[in-house]
Amino acid sequence: MSHYLPLVGVILLILGFALKLNPMLVATVAALTSGLLGGMDLKQVISEFGKAFTDNRIIAIVWIILPVIGLLERYGLQARARGLIAGIRNATVGKLLILYLLYRQLTAAIGLHNTAGHAQTVNPIVAPMALVAAEKEHGALDDHTAQRVKAMTAATDNVGLFFGEDIFFAIGSIVVIQQALAARNIELSPVELSLWAIPTAAAAFLIHSTRLILFDRKLRRAAK
Amino acid sequence: MTPPPPALLTLEHLYWVVGAMFAAFSLLSLFDRTSKKALGNAAFWGLMAASLIGGSCFSNFANGLIVLGLVGLAGFGFTGRSQPKTTSEVERKAFADLRGNWLFMPALLIPLVVLIGTLAFHFTAFGEQNLFAPRRETYFFLLAGVVVALVVAQLWLKPPVTAPLQEGRRLIDAIGWAAVLPQLLVAMGVVFDKAGVSGLIREGTLAMLPPGNLFLAVLVFGLGMAMFTIITGNAFAAFPVMASAIAVPLLIDTYGGNPAAIGAIGMLAGFCGTLMTPLAANFNIVPVRLLELSDPNAVVKAQFATAVPMFAVNIALIYFLAFR
Repeated sequence: MSHYLPLVGVILLILGFALKLNPMLVATVAALTSGLLGGMDLKQVISEFGKAFTDNRIIAIVWIILPVIGLLERYGLQARARGLIAGIRNATVGKLLILYLLYRQLTAAIGLHNTAGHAQTVNPIVAPMALVAAEKEHGALDDHTAQRVKAMTAATDNVGLFFGEDIFFAIGSIVVIQQALAARNIELSPVELSLWAIPTAAAAFLIHSTRLILFDRKLRRAAK
Repeated sequence: MTPPPPALLTLEHLYWVVGAMFAAFSLLSLFDRTSKKALGNAAFWGLMAASLIGGSCFSNFANGLIVLGLVGLAGFGFTGRSQPKTTSEVERKAFADLRGNWLFMPALLIPLVVLIGTLAFHFTAFGEQNLFAPRRETYFFLLAGVVVALVVAQLWLKPPVTAPLQEGRRLIDAIGWAAVLPQLLVAMGVVFDKAGVSGLIREGTLAMLPPGNLFLAVLVFGLGMAMFTIITGNAFAAFPVMASAIAVPLLIDTYGGNPAAIGAIGMLAGFCGTLMTPLAANFNIVPVRLLELSDPNAVVKAQFATAVPMFAVNIALIYFLAFR
């Protein structure tokens, strides 16, 4: 039975995340526990953890772009991004959100994932625009419908980000994949990995756009 | 046969540059009198700088203590947002109106430089000069792109000299310990491996799977990524575990799959799980609060009908693209 003891680390990891404890603490306690139960002593497991962390320092390189992004934000990058989105006029909710989906995927794919987001664009711009567009199609919105429009706006932002960002090679998830595989002697370049994110990105655009067109139809039918 | 000579530029050089940036963030925090968490931030980014610059010289145990220091500072709330002096919303609006879409240009220079560098590297003699650590040339082009973007932005916008570092510090403090979490999770995956965890998951999976059924193996890998992500709220935590338990031994070693396709699309299968879990608070709960939705799961519900077909697509893509 003692053979299975290291799995306690995985259980702690799952429990800790599910209980919303600080993820840094959870991951560390999980790693140290499974190491100790797997037969290492404390000094050994701390050394292994330290070596693994140090071997994967390249993951921190993705933050090298922050001074550029921060500097551009100082001169209104986010204000301009908001202006660009607000320029989409005379669209139905579905068309507005399809354009936003495309914008979000394309900007995330070239490393501008921070110029949009729930706080940056969804709440201040896209959600209010979606509500106005929905009222044009549907007439005054009841609370339930208004909430569905807003939830769909937030969902569109997430879908666009998740299935766009991995096309950018200097993003956390790509470097995580590269390093996790390098630890098993499989050497890949980040660009190679990010190219494989393109088919999924195209599928996400098609699937979510279809849903948005159906969402439009539903609103129009409810108006009749 | 003699081993090839080491490349002119190695990862060590990149660690120094990134480490110098974190050292600057740390120093600027030290002189920050406005933020209550300034000292904690200074210590946190200082440890990151030490790890990046000195990690290769320190003993494994000393590196382990650095990690525990980072975790302690982050886990017990010693780090937090900062407010370096920057421009106001009104000024930013005015700048944006003045400069228009040109503001995107310096940021676009980064992927452009990487694209040009990568093409030149693969299709001209430039790639044969043994300049960069093998398979890591992208990161050197990234650094070059950042330098080009910074020089252009500096000449064009003429900000104060310390502005790039202060604005960078503003952003890194807003991200906080989450900036270090991916690296910590990969390290955790390595320790899991050494402790035998991955072997146990692999044995359990092999015992359940009928041998020779490639489709089932792909499905179990994808499901593992998505389920692990739903339970933990974090696809980064799922990947190192599922990679060493199923992707590498089974999909890559046994069935000879393309590791780049399996890795990249496998992570995206995990993202389908992120769309379905309230535990991914930044994506699924924060907008509920911002948009004042009455159902806390409203965003997850709106995403469900996209996430399920996307999961199926990712499984199909791995199955059809990675095993040709």
